[in-house]
Amino acid sequence: MTDLQSQDFIRISASTTTPPAARNHEVEVAKLIDVSRCIGCKACQAACMEWNNLRGDVGTFQGSYTNPADLGPHTWTLMRFTEHENATGDLEWLIRKDGCMHCADPGCLEACPAPGAIVQYANGIVDFVSQNCIGCGYCVKGCPFNIPRISAADSKSYKCTLCSDRVSVGMEPACVKACPTGAILFGSKTDMRSWAGERVEDLKGRGFEKAGLYDPPGVGGTHVMYVLPHADTPSIYAGLPGNPAISVFVDVWKGVLKPLALAGLAVTAVAGFLHWVITGTNEVEENDDRSAADFIKNHEGVAK
Amino acid sequence: MEISRRGFIKITGAGLAASSLGALGFGGAGEAVAALVRPYKLTAAAETRNTCTYCSVACGILIYGLGDRAKNARPGVLHIEGDPDHPVNRGTLCPKGSGLLDVVHSPGRLTQPRYRAPGSAEFKPVSWDFALNRIATLMKEDRDKNFIAKNKDGATVNRWLTTGMLAASASSNETALVTWKVARSLGMVVFDNQARV
Repeated sequence: MTDLQSQDFIRISASTTTPPAARNHEVEVAKLIDVSRCIGCKACQAACMEWNNLRGDVGTFQGSYTNPADLGPHTWTLMRFTEHENATGDLEWLIRKDGCMHCADPGCLEACPAPGAIVQYANGIVDFVSQNCIGCGYCVKGCPFNIPRISAADSKSYKCTLCSDRVSVGMEPACVKACPTGAILFGSKTDMRSWAGERVEDLKGRGFEKAGLYDPPGVGGTHVMYVLPHADTPSIYAGLPGNPAISVFVDVWKGVLKPLALAGLAVTAVAGFLHWVITGTNEVEENDDRSAADFIKNHEGVAK
Repeated sequence: MEISRRGFIKITGAGLAASSLGALGFGGAGEAVAALVRPYKLTAAAETRNTCTYCSVACGILIYGLGDRAKNARPGVLHIEGDPDHPVNRGTLCPKGSGLLDVVHSPGRLTQPRYRAPGSAEFKPVSWDFALNRIATLMKEDRDKNFIAKNKDGATVNRWLTTGMLAASASSNETALVTWKVARSLGMVVFDNQARV
């Protein structure tokens, strides 16, 4: 059996297993996407497909540079292009690399009912374990960023792994490595936050007063962060949520209804057991048989 | 084995209760943890340095082949990514470079010389000897016919203006020097490099 202690995970879906706690010094990693430096070349998209052995079907032109039109089981990262008219009436071409944000409080993991199908590693990566996935789609509903996609071919959910296989051997994710303008950076979360600070200062000095770092506290912070020139209105970047949080339905279902249902089951089982102990089973006695026979005799022909 | 009607209902009920508990998260949570990251696929793959075939930027690439260069392993290309030690790109690649793997394995990739004879409608695969002989013959014919040894003032110029050559971008300095010498020694003046395309 796998040495669970070696997995360095923080939590796993639909499980009460206590995660290993002694080794608590793993470096938290993060990917920083500097939207202001991105030229929309899609090298990250190509590198992602290449590394993860993904090849989607060739689609049709949808009238946008965003291609394919949406994330999918074969598209784990996607450049989303927005033509935005700013307050002064100028066009701004906003390009955002969309993909899993690797939340510190992952809504997908919270919502997932399949034991061990979603894992959060100590380095911050939220990974899907396909072999345990039952394809129910709860992760899609649980995700505040609308990222996971269910494959029609094998009914399993797929999304960016932050190249957990590369990171596990000390490398950077494939998209980060490919980026020719250095718009995608990878390192410890601390380093990425401090580098983002420098970038934000620089942008402010260039007239983007509202520049800022996108590391939303509603999901406990993310391990994929954005430097946004207009951080006050994230939604202009192809609908990036302003204040993402796990849906209240997930909290109600997992936080209230599920424990209640479990308690109900337990109470029923205990009550049944106690009833058996105290009252015992319902024995059929001789006069029961007799009265039943009488009943049948008296009512013979009635039913016909 | 005899099961009474009552016993059957008991077993069914117990099974239902157990599976309900399992579905609610108590069942085999420990075993379900088997959460392994995908194994790193390049651990011992043969790593070869090369230059991207596309544009004149000439980014350094690392080509990973199946096997560890053992004699009996055929190192089919498994993965290509940027060379972090290359001064040009320091590991980065553009979308074309990032997709090089599919160029290597493309069914439309040219892997041998093909020849379309004058008047013919189709290309036919030919040997390298045929192709090189054919090119050399045509070049010699053209050069013999159009070579300019002296200009109108009688000065020796040794020009060959009717044939040109376009060299590759992904050449090393040494390859470029040899290419240059070949072209210039023929008197070829129309000579350029993909670096300016």
